[in-house]
Amino acid sequence: MEQFDDMYTDLIMEHSMNSPNKKNIDSPTCSLKGHNPNCGDEIELEVKLDGDKIEDMSFVGHGCAISQSSTSIMIDTLRGKTLTEAKNIIAIFLKMIRRESLTNEEKDLLKDSIAFENISNMPARVKCVELAWRTLDDMLNKKNI
Amino acid sequence: MNDYKNDFPLLKDSNIIYLDSGATSQKPLCVIDAEDEFYKKYNANPYRGAYDLSVKATSKYNEARHEVAKFLNSKYDEEIIFTKNATEALNLIAYTYGLDNLQQNDKVVLSIMEHHSNLVPWQKISKQKNAKLEYMYINKNFELDKEEIDKKITKGTKVVGILSVSNVLGTINDIEYIIKKAHSVGAKVVVDISQSIAHMPFDVQKTDADFVVFSGHKMYGPLGIGVLYGKKELLENMSPFLMGGDMIEYVYEQSTTYAPLPHKFEAGTQNVAGAVGLMTAIKYIQSIGYQTIESIEKAISNYAYSELSKLPYIELYCPKDETKRSEVISFNMKGIHPHDVSTMLDFSHICIRAGNHCAQPLMRYLGIDSTCRISFSFYNTKEDVDNLVIALKGIYSKFEKYIKVAK
Ligand SMILES: Cc1ncc(COP(=O)(O)O)c(C=O)c1O
Repeated sequence: MEQFDDMYTDLIMEHSMNSPNKKNIDSPTCSLKGHNPNCGDEIELEVKLDGDKIEDMSFVGHGCAISQSSTSIMIDTLRGKTLTEAKNIIAIFLKMIRRESLTNEEKDLLKDSIAFENISNMPARVKCVELAWRTLDDMLNKKNI
Repeated sequence: MNDYKNDFPLLKDSNIIYLDSGATSQKPLCVIDAEDEFYKKYNANPYRGAYDLSVKATSKYNEARHEVAKFLNSKYDEEIIFTKNATEALNLIAYTYGLDNLQQNDKVVLSIMEHHSNLVPWQKISKQKNAKLEYMYINKNFELDKEEIDKKITKGTKVVGILSVSNVLGTINDIEYIIKKAHSVGAKVVVDISQSIAHMPFDVQKTDADFVVFSGHKMYGPLGIGVLYGKKELLENMSPFLMGGDMIEYVYEQSTTYAPLPHKFEAGTQNVAGAVGLMTAIKYIQSIGYQTIESIEKAISNYAYSELSKLPYIELYCPKDETKRSEVISFNMKGIHPHDVSTMLDFSHICIRAGNHCAQPLMRYLGIDSTCRISFSFYNTKEDVDNLVIALKGIYSKFEKYIKVAK
């Protein structure tokens, strides 16, 4: 099962089964639910802002290893970023999943989230990997921030 | 290797292990050829041309209807209405019979196992007519028992919706009992045989069912053709569903009279090639025989059930009693989400379904989000099951170390 190791890497598995980001945070600025009706994946993101900086983020919810680990790794990637930086990184991540090529600079910005590169080869799982990213993107766009 | 695989081009000489026939079955070559032949030799718009080719297309279509009528043992050919699939047939019933007949405070009773297609339309119509929607719940064995049926189907019940076999749990329902009970309180029964018709026959006269629906694609027929059976006197008194060509008698600027059955319910140019494919699928099933089909499938699904029961990390969602269980088995692997199981099985070319199976109210009732579901056909083999079990063991051994960390 070589494909298993490509897709379910140690990093992804640890984040999906034992995520330090899966919890509630104290007095979040906002929270938003994301849902994949076909699979039943459900997450709720909590964001704490300090001015236009993401001071902290966490999530609760349930779903497959891909949706849960992607949420958790996204949080690690975006914690401490400004909202503009976060939007940019989300756009790069979605670009990667669409299998568009990335510059080295863009790849660096993705940090651990680059681990999901192989999921772009699995169209059936794209929704799972995108769930948290799209949910946060919607939240940022709705708030006009 | 099972000889029947040779009848199916997609499975023959292929490394695909197809365990999702409950979603749609694979197609035998004879069905594929029959559709092909229709387009090559008989294609014309049925009913609309006065020339020989159109007459031939019409006669193929009627022949298909006759074959379906015989298959279900219906009294009249015009009791058979072709639809796009089971979903369209169920909507037709709700939007015509339901809308015309339900009154305020009437009851619609469904089983909690119903597929969304026999649930959401009734929800909509009940709301619109201020009727009550009630559910018959399953017991600990995933079965609908007589006490529950008797408790729910009572005076004031006008429509009962029930599937013959659950597409999630594989539970076989006692359709004859439910129909008798419903008729005793004056209710009509809509039987969804989508999940059973590939495995066991259905006799509309013996069961005295009022409406029966199924999709052709789950019983070796092509995609895009389904069947609605309705008792003649019911269909005759129902309003049409879709309006347009072929379903009319006279059309004036401000009013229309409708064509007789079955045309009243078949608006627009129909899927004749699909109907011909479905007729061929029926003949294919009959050439093998339901007895043979059932004996092969029972052996495989019982084997799967017993092999899966041996794995301590697997939880099964289906009746223990094998006589109450059809060819569907739902399960979960402790600590691993069904979508991950399905993706990893796909690495071994094993196709299974993972998700809520269009039965969210049932999932909620069971307290789960989703399951892995395998479903069998006579083209499956014990070897398919062995490969599944080997793959599941492999998946668990990969996940195990992470699951332990989590605890
Ligand atoms: C029990 C049952 N009813 C209805 C349907 C709906 O069938 P279709 O999607 O072909 O309309 C299905 C299949 O998905 C089913 O399993």
